[in-house]
Amino acid sequence: MDITIPILILAIPLFMFIFLGLVGVKMSHKLAGTLGTLGMGTVLILSYYTAFTYYFSGNPAFIDGTNRLQAVIFDQTWLQFTPSLAIKLGFLLDPISAMMLIVIPTISFMVHVYSLGYMHGEKGFQRYYAFLSLFSFSMLGLVVATNIFQMYIFWELVGASSFLLIGFFYTLPSAVSACKKAFIVTRFADLGFLIGILVLSFYTRELDFLPMTQNPAGVLASFEGASFLGASALTWALVLIFTGGMGKSAMLPLHIWLPDAMEGPTPVSALIHAATMVVAGVYLVARLFPLYMLEDAALMFITVVGAATAFYAAMVACAQIDIKRILAFSTISQIAFMMVSLGVASRNNVAIHEGLGYMASMFHLFTHAMFKALLFLGAGALIHAVHSNNYTAMGGLRKYMPVTHITFLIGCLAIAGIFPFAGFWSKDEILAACFANGTFWGIWMMMVAAMTAFYMFRMYFLVFWWDNPDYEKEHHGHRPHDPGLAMSLPLVFLALVSTVAGFIHFGEFVTFDGHEYQIHINWAIAGLSMGIAVVSIIFAGWLYAKKNDRPKRMADSCRWLWTAAHRRFYWDEIYLFITRRIIFDGICKPIAWFDRHIIDGTMDGLAFITNKASVAIKGFQSGKVQMYIWWYLMGAVVLGLIVAVCVL
Amino acid sequence: MFSNILIYFVVIPLIMLLGLFLCRNIQQIRAVAVTGSVALTALSIWLLIDYIGLRHAGVTDPMLWVDSWEWFAPLNIHLAVGVDGISIAMLILTGVILITGSFASWEIPQPKEFFLWLVLLSTGVYGFFISIDLFTMFMFYEVALIPMYLLIGVWGSGNKNYSAMKLTLMLMGGSAFLMLGLIGIYYHSAPEGQPLTWNILEIARNGAISHGWQTFLFPMTFVGFGVLGAMFPFHTWSPDGHASAPTAVSMLHAGVLMKLGGYGCFRVAIYLMPQAAHELAWIFIILTGISVVYGAFSACVQNDLKYINAYSSVSHCGLVLFAILMLNTTAMTGAIMQMLSHGLMTALFFALIGMIYGRTHTRDIREMGGMMQILPYLSVCYVIAGMASLGLPGLSGFVAEMTIFVGSFQHADLFHRIFVIVACSSIVTTAVYILRVVGKLLYGPVYDEHHMSLTDAKWWERTSTAALIVCVAAIGFFPNFFVDLIKFTFSPEIFTVLGLN
Repeated sequence: MDITIPILILAIPLFMFIFLGLVGVKMSHKLAGTLGTLGMGTVLILSYYTAFTYYFSGNPAFIDGTNRLQAVIFDQTWLQFTPSLAIKLGFLLDPISAMMLIVIPTISFMVHVYSLGYMHGEKGFQRYYAFLSLFSFSMLGLVVATNIFQMYIFWELVGASSFLLIGFFYTLPSAVSACKKAFIVTRFADLGFLIGILVLSFYTRELDFLPMTQNPAGVLASFEGASFLGASALTWALVLIFTGGMGKSAMLPLHIWLPDAMEGPTPVSALIHAATMVVAGVYLVARLFPLYMLEDAALMFITVVGAATAFYAAMVACAQIDIKRILAFSTISQIAFMMVSLGVASRNNVAIHEGLGYMASMFHLFTHAMFKALLFLGAGALIHAVHSNNYTAMGGLRKYMPVTHITFLIGCLAIAGIFPFAGFWSKDEILAACFANGTFWGIWMMMVAAMTAFYMFRMYFLVFWWDNPDYEKEHHGHRPHDPGLAMSLPLVFLALVSTVAGFIHFGEFVTFDGHEYQIHINWAIAGLSMGIAVVSIIFAGWLYAKKNDRPKRMADSCRWLWTAAHRRFYWDEIYLFITRRIIFDGICKPIAWFDRHIIDGTMDGLAFITNKASVAIKGFQSGKVQMYIWWYLMGAVVLGLIVAVCVL
Repeated sequence: MFSNILIYFVVIPLIMLLGLFLCRNIQQIRAVAVTGSVALTALSIWLLIDYIGLRHAGVTDPMLWVDSWEWFAPLNIHLAVGVDGISIAMLILTGVILITGSFASWEIPQPKEFFLWLVLLSTGVYGFFISIDLFTMFMFYEVALIPMYLLIGVWGSGNKNYSAMKLTLMLMGGSAFLMLGLIGIYYHSAPEGQPLTWNILEIARNGAISHGWQTFLFPMTFVGFGVLGAMFPFHTWSPDGHASAPTAVSMLHAGVLMKLGGYGCFRVAIYLMPQAAHELAWIFIILTGISVVYGAFSACVQNDLKYINAYSSVSHCGLVLFAILMLNTTAMTGAIMQMLSHGLMTALFFALIGMIYGRTHTRDIREMGGMMQILPYLSVCYVIAGMASLGLPGLSGFVAEMTIFVGSFQHADLFHRIFVIVACSSIVTTAVYILRVVGKLLYGPVYDEHHMSLTDAKWWERTSTAALIVCVAAIGFFPNFFVDLIKFTFSPEIFTVLGLN
């Protein structure tokens, strides 16, 4: 395949970032927005072209019979460490990167268009588009990485662009602390990622993906059974690398940054904190999946972390008031679904059901990106209309905002897993994969799926039904209304995609070993999970469809649980304690004190002693001749006495 | 003598000194300072191009343009010069910092005297980097240190007399160790019966320093240079000194002078005493490993911008020495990259701090806030500098740190592993103190209403910061070019210590 198009896919957003960053200030808002959107539109076309070429062209570089291949389009050494270890920047086309080449530009383009309306008139509009381009560049570079260090590079860059975008409203103290938190927590996770890379590369002598993932037996052999603290070095490497993924994908206990990241502009939440960047952790595990297959301990770790996170986030989502926070926790929970799905996809180095879990995870990544972006953009429209993030300021909005209502409802149905919307298909595959591995995981995840349907429809009913507040009085005569075309079109488009995406025969495109296979819906599981989801929705409707005091009574009957869930089970307080009391007060301040008083005190003390000593002896150099003579005579007398004593 | 290009790195500053002496007004002073430093930078870039050409032509000498002129025959002291890729990188770094430093001190009071001392200082720096004779090297080293006292004492701020005295005395203390070490090397520089020499290349070729003497002389020279490289526990001059120094001096001192320490450690201590370096590295790995985390944690709770940056320098320069002590090609390459990277970004930091201080008259981050709204240009530059410091890919810090970490991790034993992981953890701590400053100083609401009337960067300030950012980004974008430039030096034939691993 020609390398021009892949290079352009990366170069256009990078150029847009530099261009808008340098001269954007001089432009009008309209020009900057148009340029950014056009740039992204070009990238969209080029990446669609690339992905379609990959899937459908039948090029022998991409497909061999029914077996999809991994193709390195280009690879350029960027930094040579040792003769065998080098950072390369390249472009890898394989089933999952081609899929991401559809997901990222689609969502990014929708967000670019949507932001034309949503961010209209904001100060720093040009900067916003520059950052969006930087993010798109970094995310695209991440998914096409040929080299684990290339992934790390872009991994850091998406982190930085996320930091910049969360802190977009940098005058708000809450946004400032949110962006700091996001960066530092993910940075901490990246430390694990980095050490993992170091361990892995030390043994394998390799940083490129393909030589490792296409020859897992060689990787295992290169470790020669090295172990540390009872676990094999390979397990350590894989778990440490996964730590990086835990940070980016907001898995327990590194999830705390994502809810706060909602301080950023809503379209940013849709793009970065729902659809693309936060799934980087899933993508990382998928990319290295052949290695994870070697170590069941690492896969088990992923499964447990994912299952715990999914449940935790679903619990918390039931007790939030801010609609963006609800969506954030729902994102955490859904990403955890993908993680679990990967975790259960293999045991004893054998892919269960032809790697069903792997395929399901990627399928869910795809559909989730669409309907979660839709939900976030819908939430943006709601916030735009009522100027509040809290559902307490909403209610009965279905009459005022029909387009938003219908699209949002589609999003909710999709995430709840109702036939025939996208989430139904992908979630069913995940549940099937869980049951194939163990009944416990299946039941556990089905329970979380039921909670998903409940909290999503709790929000839906509270926003669009429930009460009917007097908006005209509260908003000085303004009635909430549907947003303009720039914001509505992306909503409608994503709603359409969320409706039909489930019918894609995903197994023909993405499988863990490239072999195409047909997806079969397991109607027993699908029927059961959908039945539970419908019950949950009806329950949510019973509680929230009309204003009543049932929700309050229910919360009162279990107040401690509600409060704990509302406060996110106090994770933030725990972190605050660790950072403030232990790290700042317990480590940094004592070290600073030690430096000023002990280390520096020693130096000052030396100077002090020198000074005092010279003061004490400076009298000897007084220049008074009488003194010199006196000392001379006294010395002579003492010497004479000594001589005399010795002689006599 | 004047047919050797290297000698002009000392001659041009001397001409500049003469020119400055004759200057009558500030325009002339600026003209001399900028022209001279541009000429020096151009010369070093020309040297770089020539060097690459020669290397491509297959010249494999460890150092090029080697020359030697006798100076004091009884002690066999020569003015001996010669450079390799590392020296050239350092020469370019010095030139860039000198230019940007001149722009940053555009409106300094008493410019004539200031620039005289500054140029004298840079004479010492240039002389140090081109010398391969231990004695002249030491002399230039001292020439670079002494003007610092006056520059801080006269043009400084805050508790400047104390700081100037402290900085000078502590560095002199280091020099005392160093001189002892160098004289020791001289008296063991050649086998019995052959003439003694100060020339680094000859000493290395002779390899005559006995094992016992190496174990004594290695710590002497390493500590001597290490003081200037802000090695724990001899780093306390750095926070006080930097805090009081005027902008250009901080830039030059942190940007270039601290590199003299790392450069010396590697050019003298490790190059000449490989066996001792191999055996005793662990002691200094512990000390420098402490420097790395200790500096970072200390920086987290400082409130003065210059203190934050000075402690951050302790951490980053600690990483330089840490990597040198790993004694393998990759880590040492990383150390040189880190010297370049730290030199550029810390100069950028100090330039920006000076510019902010010049406007707000405070460096306390508790008394400032929301600068992004008031001084957008300077604030954006500050964020970029911060991102470089915390190792964002695409800027220089990432390249240097990753090379160091990958290189250091090639040691398979537990001791090295633990210290490498400890050093790695500094990437998190660095992010903490950088973002703390960004959050308090640049983001957030405006703290002081009086600051609303401040004006953003002037053209010379923009020139200075933009030039540094371009350099930082150049290393970040095209690291392989710089790595290739450096790498030749580290061949096992030349660098005995690499053969010992």
